[in-house]
Amino acid sequence: MDIFADQLLVFVMLINFVVLGSSRMTMAIRAVAVQGVVLGLLPGIIHHFSWHLVAITVGIILAKGVIIPWLLFRAMDRIQIKREVEPFIGYVSTLIIGAVTTALAFVFAAKLPLAPEHQGLLFVPASIATMMTGFLTLTTRRKAISQVIGYLILENGIFIFGLLLTTAMPVMVEAGALLDLLVGIFVMGIVINHISNEFSSIDTSRLTALKE
Amino acid sequence: MTDILIHALLVILMPPLLLGVIGKTKAAFAGRVGPSYFQHYYDLAKLIRKGTVISDTTTWIFTAGPVITLAATLVAALLLPLGNHAAPIAFAGDMVLFAYLFALGRFFTTLAALDTGSSFEGMGAAREATFACLAEPALFFALITLSRMSGTLSLSPMMTNLSVSLWFSSGAALLLLIGGLFIVLLAENCRIPFDDPTTHLELTMVHEVMVLDHSGPAFAYILYGAAMKLFVMGAFFINIALPLKSGNAMLDWGIFILLMLGLAVAIGVVESIMARLRLVRIPQMLVAACILSGFSMLLILR
Amino acid sequence: MYYSLILLPLVGALAAWFIPSNRHRPLVLPLFAALHLSLTIDLLVATPPPSPGGWLVLDPIGKLFLGVETVLFFTCAVYAVGYLSHRQERSNKVLCMGLLVCLSAMSLVTVAHHLGLLWVALEATTLTMAPLIYFNRNARSLEATWKYMLICSVGIALALLGLFFLAYSTVVAQKEATLLLEPLIASARQLSPAWLNAAFIFLLVGFGTKMGLAPLHTWKPDAYGEAPGLVGALLAGGLVNCAFLAIIRVYQICMKATETAFYHNAMIVMGLVSMAFAAVFVVRQADFKRMLAYSSVEHVGILAIALGIGGDALFGALFHVINNGLTKGVLFLTSGNIHRSYGSKNCEQVKGALHRVPWSGALFLAGFIAITGSPPFSPFLSEFTIVSSIFGQRQALVGTLFLIFLAIIFLGMASSVLPVVMGKMTPAVVRTSYRDSFLTVGPPLFLMAVILVLGLWLPAPLKTLLQQSAQLLEVRP
Repeated sequence: MDIFADQLLVFVMLINFVVLGSSRMTMAIRAVAVQGVVLGLLPGIIHHFSWHLVAITVGIILAKGVIIPWLLFRAMDRIQIKREVEPFIGYVSTLIIGAVTTALAFVFAAKLPLAPEHQGLLFVPASIATMMTGFLTLTTRRKAISQVIGYLILENGIFIFGLLLTTAMPVMVEAGALLDLLVGIFVMGIVINHISNEFSSIDTSRLTALKE
Repeated sequence: MTDILIHALLVILMPPLLLGVIGKTKAAFAGRVGPSYFQHYYDLAKLIRKGTVISDTTTWIFTAGPVITLAATLVAALLLPLGNHAAPIAFAGDMVLFAYLFALGRFFTTLAALDTGSSFEGMGAAREATFACLAEPALFFALITLSRMSGTLSLSPMMTNLSVSLWFSSGAALLLLIGGLFIVLLAENCRIPFDDPTTHLELTMVHEVMVLDHSGPAFAYILYGAAMKLFVMGAFFINIALPLKSGNAMLDWGIFILLMLGLAVAIGVVESIMARLRLVRIPQMLVAACILSGFSMLLILR
Repeated sequence: MYYSLILLPLVGALAAWFIPSNRHRPLVLPLFAALHLSLTIDLLVATPPPSPGGWLVLDPIGKLFLGVETVLFFTCAVYAVGYLSHRQERSNKVLCMGLLVCLSAMSLVTVAHHLGLLWVALEATTLTMAPLIYFNRNARSLEATWKYMLICSVGIALALLGLFFLAYSTVVAQKEATLLLEPLIASARQLSPAWLNAAFIFLLVGFGTKMGLAPLHTWKPDAYGEAPGLVGALLAGGLVNCAFLAIIRVYQICMKATETAFYHNAMIVMGLVSMAFAAVFVVRQADFKRMLAYSSVEHVGILAIALGIGGDALFGALFHVINNGLTKGVLFLTSGNIHRSYGSKNCEQVKGALHRVPWSGALFLAGFIAITGSPPFSPFLSEFTIVSSIFGQRQALVGTLFLIFLAIIFLGMASSVLPVVMGKMTPAVVRTSYRDSFLTVGPPLFLMAVILVLGLWLPAPLKTLLQQSAQLLEVRP
């Protein structure tokens, strides 16, 4: 089953590139939604069947694949923004930086002292590469929504690492973390809405009143 | 011996048919009858019989360009195994020659275009060179990946090593690889969404604009060379994407021909359902192709 | 018992949701704060056994933080009634609910012994504070909210990764992966050192972001400057302590590992950097609320250094948690009053507060004297314990830098605070309708009295509690 999980992780990493290279906000949001659904399927593949697992799978798919994208789309509809992403640096450069960081993630993961049963699996490099993609999106995009997308990808990368730990995160805690994420995105959506009312744009490079 | 004969016959005779199949598919999508499957053979025959006009300002490069391009493609075709049969020529390191024969052909097409001194053709040459720069790493990543998988530097063992069982063990890497290669296949052969071979707007063309000044037999060589390039790259792609093996030599040839025609239909479908990309988006797609095959290399090298 | 501690404020939040009157709703706050306070006292006196599975435990450290938090919240809740009567123009439903939900999450942080649960609670405090910072509903508070949300969310996400690394260090050690505190402490010696180090770095960075350790403090001046005074008091006195508690939990595990020099040095460096940042930015600070934010950066730096030094400084650090939390309460509540009275928080315009709002002005001045570590107030005692411990361990360089930064910050804050309190009033600044009243001055006065008493006399039960807590943190070879 690990082979199949590896293929899904490759898919997850490809979605990172889709987000980095896409110029349309809707495309990026859909890509993150698909990534969320794939991540939701992963625990079901690597663990044995249990009702907890079903609950977690359904929860993750609902939260990351349906509710969060819906919140983001709604925020986007309300504020009537231009649909382009408007990065600080070009798409091709972002893609190349993304490719380089992914390659580095593989090199780095190979040097980590992993437990023997996890050696050679894609979980750790995929997790690092996804986190780096999240950071890249967070720092190179102007718009508030893109930054939220970057945060989501970062969170997804951390989630992939969490898949290696079966017993450490009980369902209660997992559900709590998911709920926190949901509420966080919800609050961010509201703040974005206010930003667009107040500044008639959600370009975060305009948020410069507070400084020393 | 029969295999070599069939190899040569297919390389020489089949390419224009692929273009015909693509044309028919597009016509079917548009609800037209479309030109005959053999239309491109008629076109070539007509062009061969015509005379040639050569501008006074050009040098020998202009006349040599089409011939060298065609010759380079032909040699490349002899290096590549078709179906499940070893290529007529094979030696260690021929994969590098294979890649650079295409580069040689492209180099002379570009030079011939610059030789005319026309601004349009210079523009086309510049675009062709840019895109080639981006497509070449993708091809090389793919070749390195395959070479690593099979442990050889020669195309024939590399291709015959591929099998359906390999798809089960390292499917992710191969999937990425053919994704990247399909983009390169379309871009290198000037198909939609990268370039429209039937357009008549010089400003948006890439490849066609370079050959505006050629006429008669020289133009026939160019068209024939382009069709053959599609055939060779298509065969390369098919070898990786669908390494079906029956064990029977003749049946393998049959499967190969059917798959090539299927590929032509697939290209026709892509051309029918996609719009041409804006010129600025093309480098992005090619970088994506590089990333795909580079990523696949990473997975295999790991 | 644990559940009632956490559920009680949530019931209060629900009640606030159903009360329609903007005028009467704030009364929910002191009511439930008082209930929470009495429940806490009950818990402190008769400690209940750990909950099944050992997820919720009230250990001495938890008791200490819970006590500070509930006292601070109670005073803020009383203050809120007075403050919100001046702010009848806007709905306070979100504020009242947010404060109570935050109290619930903060209580959960103090009793959680499952690090995952602790993380969830800490993230919940981050989220509930976001709408409260935006209470003033203008462009500046919006900017502050956005920065706070994004930076803290990313920081806390990194902390989650750190927790995963921590759990993974048990996997590498061929044990069952867990995030419960007790098993982790017990097996700390066998954990994979590489993963434990990585976990420590990410947890320090992640919780450090929440706590405001430099260079991850950038959201702090914005959020503290734009939030209402009482929210600022809870941020600086409550949330900072919660994040510090999370770091203490990590510290408890790391100190039991075989090699601890790395952790000590990392904390000392982070702490010194924080103090240096605060020293640079507090000088010539034109906005007195932002100045308080930098003072908060300074004090989290002091706490980090104290943890890094260890030994007697641990007692000082835990004592300082109380002193810093309560003194910040005084400063933010009174600065809120001054802000209300002048309609500005710019030091250029606000001058002579002692004449206009004598009680608030005097308390602000007293708070300033206390927070900069002057006797007879209790922060002097805790800072003195830390400094003497630093020199006692022959860390002369750290000690010297520590004292230099303290001196700079004292001078920097004095040059802003003294004109604000005692300067000559500028007639151009119109006087708003705000006057000192019992409800807005009483709470900071109460906190100030507590700090003064603690500075003169440390009650025996509190001293025992502090010693017990410090023992939990000590490295025993």
